[in-house]
Amino acid sequence: MGKLNIKIKPKHLVNYTIVLVMLLVGVVMLETGNLRPSIAQLFTQIGYSIILAVSLNFVVGFLGELSLGHAGFMCVGAYIGGLSAVLLKEVLGASAKLPVLIIAMLIGGFSAAIFGFVIGLPSLRLKGDYLAIVTLAFGEIVRNVFMNQKIFGGARGLTTGSLTYDTRRAPTLFIVTFIVALVMLIIIQNIVRSKHGRAITAIRDNEIAAKAMGINITFYKLFVFIVAAFFAGCAGVIYAHTTTPVLYTFFSYNYSIEILVMVVLGGMGSITGSIFSAMFITIVNFMLQSQLSGDLASLRNLIYAIILIVVVVFSNAPALKSFREKYSLGALFAKLFRGKLSDPSKRKDDEAKWDRVPTKIKMDALLSTDLNVDYTPARPEDVSGGKEGK
Amino acid sequence: MITLIDGLSLGSIYALIALGYTMVYGIAKMLNFAHGDIIMVGAYAIMVTLSQEVTKAIASINPGLVVYSPLLAIVLSVVICTILGILVEKLAYKPLRGASPLAVLITAIGVSYFLQGLAQLVFGSQPKPVGSAWKLPAIEAINKLGITTAAAVTLVCGIIIMIALTLFINCTRTGSAMLAVSEDRGAAILMGVNVNKIISITFAIGSALAAFAGMFYLFQIPNTEPTLGAMPGITAFTAAVIGGIGSIPGAMIGGVLLGVIEKFCLASPLAPYTVAIKFSLLILILLVKPTGLLGKVVREKV
Repeated sequence: MGKLNIKIKPKHLVNYTIVLVMLLVGVVMLETGNLRPSIAQLFTQIGYSIILAVSLNFVVGFLGELSLGHAGFMCVGAYIGGLSAVLLKEVLGASAKLPVLIIAMLIGGFSAAIFGFVIGLPSLRLKGDYLAIVTLAFGEIVRNVFMNQKIFGGARGLTTGSLTYDTRRAPTLFIVTFIVALVMLIIIQNIVRSKHGRAITAIRDNEIAAKAMGINITFYKLFVFIVAAFFAGCAGVIYAHTTTPVLYTFFSYNYSIEILVMVVLGGMGSITGSIFSAMFITIVNFMLQSQLSGDLASLRNLIYAIILIVVVVFSNAPALKSFREKYSLGALFAKLFRGKLSDPSKRKDDEAKWDRVPTKIKMDALLSTDLNVDYTPARPEDVSGGKEGK
Repeated sequence: MITLIDGLSLGSIYALIALGYTMVYGIAKMLNFAHGDIIMVGAYAIMVTLSQEVTKAIASINPGLVVYSPLLAIVLSVVICTILGILVEKLAYKPLRGASPLAVLITAIGVSYFLQGLAQLVFGSQPKPVGSAWKLPAIEAINKLGITTAAAVTLVCGIIIMIALTLFINCTRTGSAMLAVSEDRGAAILMGVNVNKIISITFAIGSALAAFAGMFYLFQIPNTEPTLGAMPGITAFTAAVIGGIGSIPGAMIGGVLLGVIEKFCLASPLAPYTVAIKFSLLILILLVKPTGLLGKVVREKV
């Protein structure tokens, strides 16, 4: 019997815990009867924002390609998954809520994944600015096409009123949402820590070098796009369950930017960051919705824009590099927990200890081993004598 | 025929915007996402100058001056856009010179978002009509053929501006400095070209062109709204890519091509799918010929 050996990185454990805690808080509130429908709605929104932000972060932060069409994938999921849920509900009956949601989510996710494959194809030939604009164009195309299909309700949007998952008594959609978020975290984090994840970050850091190392760039780029699109599609299906009608205007370029703001604010390549900023931005949106109405709502966009510019300029400007290293969060934590010595730049040569060097070679063991115990050095005269003899 | 003329005039608007994109891309090697929103700012500048309050203020100084207010509007819009272009470059893009392209791109998106949000905050999200002074006189000879004055004026002015720009780039010292920077920045610095200055000039010219584009746009649709620049901006970017980004004649050809295609689509039964067709064209061209029609193939160095 092989022992099942599951090791979870502490970094990843934190992320699971955050989502689980939110889920538990929600469930406890539900059980004690404190969960108002609006708060349940907020929990659901947080849930699918986390899904969207983390899956976009997978593309932007790990693969290093900018995708401006994430709302487009969500749109595919919401329309196709939403429609299939409506149809399924007629077949399976109104009581089969959960199966309908799950099947619809799979359908929506897979159809979004197909689109992810299609949009991943240009990414093999294009990168950077060009790819960003292709993803943007993709988002617009999707919206434009769905808007004109009669089967999806045309310009009026897809009516999904029959799908209302949350009832006044039991607003439980957020439970499903958080579970999907958990599944996504498990999948994405395990990809990231596997050799595939290292291949993906290698492509981000230097594509040519990665290619030279024999990494199949075609496969990994498509793979990342497909995985990200799948989860965005799932988020779309959840969204279709929260609102009616599903309207193409929601999935505009602006929404893609909002997801991007979550990723950038949380830090590109940091899943924990994405989760926190998705929570933060969704809650801020929720609070502002009641506070700001009409044109004042644009204040929100202004704040997003300023966040984007300030965060990116601050964390990327070459001129601010020394400042960043001095005051970055990481450095501050290092100071707090490990004392000043741990800062590699301040460590003097002779202070570095062999046992601190992260290597598989056991230096101490190696240095302390006597290689040849019986060996006695030859006396100098013997050696020189031997040479002269030649 | 009329569709063709309409298409050509819309195309020359796109070409003017695409020129801004392509010049900035050629020289600063970055995608100025906020370019479309500079058009919007220009349009608002015209709207404000021609609004009733400002017209009254001008009339109170000297009633005879009111006739010139459209002219003032044009000048103001060009000046404001130029200053804005330089400002955006200095504040948002210059600190990031040498940083990763992804960071620059996201900042540009941020700037675009910022301008839209600001416009919405100041002017509201509802479309605002431009004052009645913003109207072209009817020209009998052309209108008889079914061509609107706006289309004719746009086409003619667009061609003039494009010729002027070509002359500027090919025949002046600044123009050749710009070409040099876009060819090889390092070598241009060694030759004594002030790259920072050239980049600022490029942004200034690009933004001035955007102001003109906004002006022509208002002739066709006399309404201003915060998202006015977004769609023409993206379309013009498409045009720049189709023509080969970084190539000035390419941007002109791409713009005109896209304008004609759009007008023909709108006139055909495929009208609801115009946006999809435009962007599918972009994806298709990028897949078949990623450098665009007139683009140069650049080998990536390790």
